[in-house]
Amino acid sequence: MSKTSRTIVTMPATAKKGEILEIRIIVQHDMESGFRHTETGQRIPRDIIRDFRCTYNGVEVFRVELHPAMGANPLIVFTTTATESGTLEFKWSGDNGYASSTTSTLTVT
Amino acid sequence: MPWVWQVFLSCLLEKRVSLAILFSLAILLPFHTSSQADPVGAERQSSYALMSPDTKAMQDDPLLNPATFAVLDGQVLWQEIAGKKNQSCASCHGDATVSMKGIAASFPKFNAAGQLLSLSGRINQCRIEHQGATPFAFESKPLLALSAFVANQSKGMPITVERTPANESALASGQRLFNQRMGQLNLSCAQCHAERAGQEIAGNPIPQAHPTAYPIYRLEWQAVGSLERRLRNCLVGVRAEPFAFGSTELLELELFLAWRARAMLLESPGVRP
Repeated sequence: MSKTSRTIVTMPATAKKGEILEIRIIVQHDMESGFRHTETGQRIPRDIIRDFRCTYNGVEVFRVELHPAMGANPLIVFTTTATESGTLEFKWSGDNGYASSTTSTLTVT
Repeated sequence: MPWVWQVFLSCLLEKRVSLAILFSLAILLPFHTSSQADPVGAERQSSYALMSPDTKAMQDDPLLNPATFAVLDGQVLWQEIAGKKNQSCASCHGDATVSMKGIAASFPKFNAAGQLLSLSGRINQCRIEHQGATPFAFESKPLLALSAFVANQSKGMPITVERTPANESALASGQRLFNQRMGQLNLSCAQCHAERAGQEIAGNPIPQAHPTAYPIYRLEWQAVGSLERRLRNCLVGVRAEPFAFGSTELLELELFLAWRARAMLLESPGVRP
């Protein structure tokens, strides 16, 4: 797995103050559990995303710890309240130095 | 029949539930009377129709479909220069949204040299002849990505494989293989996917096996895979020696299945449970 990978964020670009936003975010990753073996019986080492964080104008609003039982290309759906216009930053980190991040801007009216 | 139970229990113990079910099916089949003819025309149905609303939603929304990543990777590979001749796919074929429209719907087909090729086989042929590059390995990520990208250009278009003088004999071989009992369980494709399509196996509906969505993202695989991989799965399921990737047998089966699904609409890239 490469050190970065593709991500797709689905969220509205604008919202009213106080509105609850649904954010859907999917990341490309094999999430190799570490429990599988090759055809010749060798164990495939674990290679997963361990951590996902979302910050809203620098303030952490959501965090997930990921474990080997989670499937490939993890899809995370969560909500947050629109408080002010600004930037949401999404960051993943994991085994073998994996790090990926993306941002979305939100305009609050 | 104590040996029957022995095999059945050993399947269960090895957590190979699908094998256990197939085995019991093989034992029960001779007594099971409600079989039907292979559905034709408008009676045919994509296995999409049998999926849960959640899985359907995953396939329908490109922002949720995990195979989208393969399509996007394929889009990048399409532009990438490779091989001794310094050519990318785009160097010859240009804009894939124009040049590849409907192409996937016509495969497998014979090339000018009289070789039966699947879409991925055709991609590899291009790599060898026109790019001077090494072919991608079967089921490798780049090959699946390019196949998914090209197949995606035909999404919503009908399969156009017809019986022609060129493919007639391969088609007949494919049909023969579809109806041939195979493996230790001694089952043919047709016994489940034609005669018992729509019935259930372990609470899961048996699909009619129309290859309308390949390459698919299969949740069980946690990855994108080809029709050949899926066919090999079924062969292992009936305890037959699976045909090798790229073998004539798999290609003939693929050709027959595509012809059997002719005029049905492509959904590539599909999501399957």
